[in-house]
Amino acid sequence: MVAGAAPDGGGASADALSAKVVVQNLTIRYGKHVALRGLDLSIRRNEILGIIGPAGSGKTSFLRALNRMDEFIPGMEVEGRITFDGRDIRRVRNVYALRSRIGVVFPLPVGLPLTVYENVALAPRLRGVRKGSELDEIVERCLRRAALWEEVKDRLDSLGSLLSGGQQQRLTIARALSQEPDLLLLDEFSIAVDPVTTMRIEDVLKDLKNEMSIVLVTNLVQQARRLADRTAFFLTGEHVETSGTARIFSGIVKDPRTHDYIEGRFG
Amino acid sequence: MNPQALARSRDFDHRGRAWYADRAVTVFVFIGGTSAILFIGGIFAFIAREGLGFVFTEFDAGEFFGSIAWRPTSALDATYGALALIVGTASITGLAMVVSIPFSLAAAVFIGEFARGRVRETLKVLVELLAAIPSVVWGFIGFSIMNSLIIDVFDVPIGLNVLNAGIILGLMAAPIMTTIAEDALKAVPDGYREAAEALGATRWQVIRKVVIPAAKNGLVAAVLLGVGRGFGETMVVLMASGHSINLPDSVFDSVRALTATIAAELGETAVGSDHFRALFTLGILLFLVTFAINLAADTIMRGIRRKGERGRP
Repeated sequence: MVAGAAPDGGGASADALSAKVVVQNLTIRYGKHVALRGLDLSIRRNEILGIIGPAGSGKTSFLRALNRMDEFIPGMEVEGRITFDGRDIRRVRNVYALRSRIGVVFPLPVGLPLTVYENVALAPRLRGVRKGSELDEIVERCLRRAALWEEVKDRLDSLGSLLSGGQQQRLTIARALSQEPDLLLLDEFSIAVDPVTTMRIEDVLKDLKNEMSIVLVTNLVQQARRLADRTAFFLTGEHVETSGTARIFSGIVKDPRTHDYIEGRFG
Repeated sequence: MNPQALARSRDFDHRGRAWYADRAVTVFVFIGGTSAILFIGGIFAFIAREGLGFVFTEFDAGEFFGSIAWRPTSALDATYGALALIVGTASITGLAMVVSIPFSLAAAVFIGEFARGRVRETLKVLVELLAAIPSVVWGFIGFSIMNSLIIDVFDVPIGLNVLNAGIILGLMAAPIMTTIAEDALKAVPDGYREAAEALGATRWQVIRKVVIPAAKNGLVAAVLLGVGRGFGETMVVLMASGHSINLPDSVFDSVRALTATIAAELGETAVGSDHFRALFTLGILLFLVTFAINLAADTIMRGIRRKGERGRP
């Protein structure tokens, strides 16, 4: 199946060799309910791929399938093929190693019940970094990159959950960066964050793009417009189309529903 | 004022059925709710009245805590050394905890973190059923099955000893500890697990680094309640410990416990005699220790609840 086949679209074949992640014919079910139907899409290296669409369109399910988090959701079934750097993620023998290369930022900040420092040091510790100086260095670097260092450098030993909402969300971004991921998945990260902090995080993401691929699931159409190189539109489990962000927002769409959604006529 | 409004405002003084029902229920639940205070106070007053008379007259702390000579029925020279009884209770409870803590924490982690769906539900029901087995049944198992098993396996002359009572008591305390520990694990938000899993942590890493630290207070409380249960248990230690006054050198020695002593001797004493009152002094000791353990467990549990509330956004 060649979905939405356009040169700059989501066609799997065009990107087969160079893409970071290639998704082919992905269907996700929860029991009888189909959350995502026959998705073909690729995520390129060093791009921000925006995914927009109203609630219930399968965006979050897609993210879950990318790092095999479906294994923790009872009843969630995934069919189809996803390759990460050419490897079928269903067939990797160490799923933990795969997940450790994929950073995830959830809609509501999940500060683990640890100190600010330990939140960021956890992933390095898990992969075997023991030396205090090395951990200090990683923690400071990740917090700086998440634009949080200046605010928390004097309270690294206080609980992460005592930070403000916006700070906590930047802490989870720092934590995701501490994994040194190649792929960063953001699921509506700005839901619980004030506009000023959102802008700061957006600036961070623009920088991070040079080092990794980023998938940005968002409810805010304008956020995709500001950040994404390409934008995919999902609607009730259907992948309507993927196109260059500039094209989509200048009205060059293959499906009129995309245009209607962007213009705010529904959703 | 117009007559209609006047008539209606008269209702303000009319107490109907609903008003009286409400008042009756209020009084009833107040009595039910506060009776716990009454009972605790009453029990303590009762034990204290019988026991304190002894504490302030015949009682010799040096003998009570330092001597193993519990000879309350000696006509010439009755002595009340409770050391062997205290050590007996402590050694059985200690061994019971060695048996039940790893067992029940492992069971709680399996049920809470690994088991899914029907397996999990079935296990939870079974564990709760296990907790409901009467202690005399456990005592019987110790008395008959464990006894001969220990004699056969370890080639010792008698199988009613610290080992027997400790194992049986441990198995008996484990279901309650499992249930409370599992509740503590369940109280850890799933978001923590998901976030840690997304970092690439293995399941064991998630449990060790995130879930157990987050549930730590509840787990400690579970253990403490298990200790309290073991300390106060009577029937099992009476039936399985051998019930002989002895400072144990090994787990194969028979011992006698505080609770078992009270249960076995109280029926044969004259009310108000020194012996009778000495048994109540043992009761005071038991009461104070179990009260302290339960208070500690409760304080710790409260700690979690408060922290949980603060942690929520």
